Amino acid sequence: MSPASTIRFYQTGSIAVGNRLLDPDQRSVQADEQRSNAITCGHRACQGCGEALGARYALDAAMRATGGRMIAANATGCLEVFSTPYPESSWRLPWIHSLFANAPAVSTGIAAALRAKGLDRDIRVVGQGGDGGTVDIGMACLSGMFERGDDVLYICYDNEAYMNTGVQRSGATPPAARTTTTPAVGPAPGASFTQGKSAPLIAMAHEIPYVATATVAELRDLEAKVATAMTMRGPRYLHVFVPCPLGWGSDPRETIHVARLAQQSGLFPVFEAHDGEVTGVTPIRRQVPVEDYLRTQARFAHLFKPQPHTETIARIQAQADRNIRRFGLLPDVQGGS
Amino acid sequence: MDKPFAITLDVGSSLANHTGSWRDERPQYVHRLPPCNHACPAGENIQQWLYHAESGDYESAWRELVLDNPLPAVMGRVCYHPCETACNRAQLDETVGVHGVERFLGDEAIRRGWALPGPPQGVAPSGKRVLVIGAGPSGLSAAYQLARRGHEVTIREAGPRPGGMMRFGIPRYRLPRDVLDAEIQRILDLGVTLLCQAPVANVMEAMREGGYDAVFLAVGAHIGRRAYIPAGDAAHILDAVGLLRSVEEAQEGSDGEGGEDRPGGVEDGAGGAEDGAGGAEGGPLLGRRVVVYGGGNTAMDAARTARRLGAHDAIVVYRRTRERMPAHDFEVQEALDEGVMMKWLSTIKQAEPGKLVLEKMELDDTGFPQPTGETEELAADSLVLALGQDVDLSLLDGVPGIEIEDGVVQVDERMMTGHPGIFAGGDMVPAERTVTVGVGHGKAAARNIDAYLSGAEFVHPPVPDLVGYEDLNTWYYADAPATVAPQLDLIRRQSTFDEVVLGLDADNALFEARRCLSCGNCFGCDNCYGVCPDNAVLKVDSGDGYAFDLDYCKGCGLCAVECPCGAIEMIPETI
Repeated sequence: MSPASTIRFYQTGSIAVGNRLLDPDQRSVQADEQRSNAITCGHRACQGCGEALGARYALDAAMRATGGRMIAANATGCLEVFSTPYPESSWRLPWIHSLFANAPAVSTGIAAALRAKGLDRDIRVVGQGGDGGTVDIGMACLSGMFERGDDVLYICYDNEAYMNTGVQRSGATPPAARTTTTPAVGPAPGASFTQGKSAPLIAMAHEIPYVATATVAELRDLEAKVATAMTMRGPRYLHVFVPCPLGWGSDPRETIHVARLAQQSGLFPVFEAHDGEVTGVTPIRRQVPVEDYLRTQARFAHLFKPQPHTETIARIQAQADRNIRRFGLLPDVQGGS
Repeated sequence: MDKPFAITLDVGSSLANHTGSWRDERPQYVHRLPPCNHACPAGENIQQWLYHAESGDYESAWRELVLDNPLPAVMGRVCYHPCETACNRAQLDETVGVHGVERFLGDEAIRRGWALPGPPQGVAPSGKRVLVIGAGPSGLSAAYQLARRGHEVTIREAGPRPGGMMRFGIPRYRLPRDVLDAEIQRILDLGVTLLCQAPVANVMEAMREGGYDAVFLAVGAHIGRRAYIPAGDAAHILDAVGLLRSVEEAQEGSDGEGGEDRPGGVEDGAGGAEDGAGGAEGGPLLGRRVVVYGGGNTAMDAARTARRLGAHDAIVVYRRTRERMPAHDFEVQEALDEGVMMKWLSTIKQAEPGKLVLEKMELDDTGFPQPTGETEELAADSLVLALGQDVDLSLLDGVPGIEIEDGVVQVDERMMTGHPGIFAGGDMVPAERTVTVGVGHGKAAARNIDAYLSGAEFVHPPVPDLVGYEDLNTWYYADAPATVAPQLDLIRRQSTFDEVVLGLDADNALFEARRCLSCGNCFGCDNCYGVCPDNAVLKVDSGDGYAFDLDYCKGCGLCAVECPCGAIEMIPETI
């Protein structure tokens, strides 16, 4: 054993994608030259697309966990459109797209077919979609998939609006955000404070085996959650936060930075839950005020000009503080749900 | 047409769609200048040798290090490490303890008997002869670098043994002599000729007689500066350089090795007090109460040495305040820890047998000390002056073209004096007087002497942009406070010349090396490879280990922003 491998500190710890000092099996899937690149080059996602990145992170991890024996069903949305403009496809795994609303139901069907053919021990099923296809249009199918106990991992890539059709508000759009259907005009510009829903908490209410959230800013965490999910059977739900430079008006080069700020501010809590109970949270490492996060995006620009809407910003900060309290995101804050 | 219903095109992979055409900026791997390298007076590539040390490959680390500095074990002990002052990690948690790793590598090399690299392949003996005058850090560094360039080098040293101020100025508790001897011997092993007790009276004559093609002057600054202090006949006054030198000579005498006929004795020591400092080690007699006048590092060394020689009280008198002392803070602290006392804002008006008359000072608005007229007495058996050192320039008398200003020799950017072929460096030219600066001068002079000897001009390779803290993405660095080197216990520090600061062990050194942020230079973290939404980063066997696939790179810049160490730059595409 080289002296290097007996020491636990690796300069970048487990935070970076890889590290030349780590044994290969301790590095992330993404550090591996043999990663499956489930969604490969040439796709037509925008520069710095968080969803393209999040999909590769999640699916490559699932491909490693299943030895490449898996099938994906995709809801309509950006991910589907930019990856498969006929006759090209970026997918390097068996992949099917049917409709906007029915990706969970199609996943259920594939799982049932595999079971009928006696292949369900060998081949696993992943359903996936954006926040529109998941929290709005596909919610009924998803809820059905959960309550029936179907053996599917469903992954939602949440970029907080209908991006493919031109940035319309979805049930995952945050308060005050400007979309084309919630313009920044009037006394309360942007999306309203009273609407929207948390798909992870809805999933937990079904008391399914596994629910987790993740962001593209914490690769190791995301990969670990996919790997955990693939060790389990039954319905599982993973909600991945993926910034959208086009829809959010953020700099394409800052996609990961923006996701990191969402988590470090407390606005997007990163946690996992087994059987409806929160069992682990990713603590905030370097806390930032929500303002740091909001300022990176043009969809919140109206909160800062002509002068800062301190009251609105304070309401958003209160949301972050509530998440921090509720999930115990800071070591010295009592929390839990 | 045997395609299925409603299918008219052959399906294919999106690999056919070259998204690289979207791009208006392209990423590029760069090497930028880390602040440690920038600050190092010896021009060490610190980031690079730490990179090797991080993987536990200490020999490669050491070999990278000695390309610029042949004295790492010495350097790790005595350098004031401006690299650490400049270190970007200081803004994250604490500076990387570069000196501790350097010392570990130096000691490891001595322990394992690693030899310095000779001339690289393809460098034939040049047939040129170079004279180096003075075997201090600057002279030794120049001799090493010249030997590696194929020149025949002779060092003439006035003293009995090589090392200069490293031997006769820096006390043993900071630099053990076996370490110094081992590192000097390694340089001599390259075929450098060393002549001790061979002072040069006249440079031109020495060059002519020896048939040398060039000369590097590095005689140092060994004459203790005296201040005029009215003193009674019996007042016992000596200077710090003389004190440190005679202590060293006495200790060498009692080492019972060596063999040259060193003056074992005590030039300044006559007439001291009956008991107290001195005597036991054969050093000068200082008495029980020793006052050191001055506020530099030499003053600290003198006071700490006096303590070790048995002085009950060692008191440093300095005309300004601690904040304004030129001595490095850690040296002041180590002295205080050992019981050295400090008297700030005081000058010495008069020395009498057994006592001194001090005058209190006050700082004026510009921070300059002004006399107050108020005096006090301080009992003292001896007074050690540590007021700076001058250069003995007699060997340059009558050499045409030499320019001397403020007691030091002027040199150009090539380290050459006004006389062609005569180069100079170290304490005898205008610069900060440290071992590391000396080593850097030696290296710089050697490169220019090498060019001069072949009738060429040395052109420094282009220096890349400096990496600032804001160029890093520090999120990716794990939290890791600095390792503190253990120190010798206090009682032994006050009574012996054993080394005070102890070394790091292999585990600690490895940890410390891994705290390096690798500013501006790729350290293989795979972040770019992972964060590209377009899979447009490739791992390759050449260069930095990564390459951009410009067929697919859309130029989003995520890799550049998420690179922890600022080693990726976005450059505009020209259309």
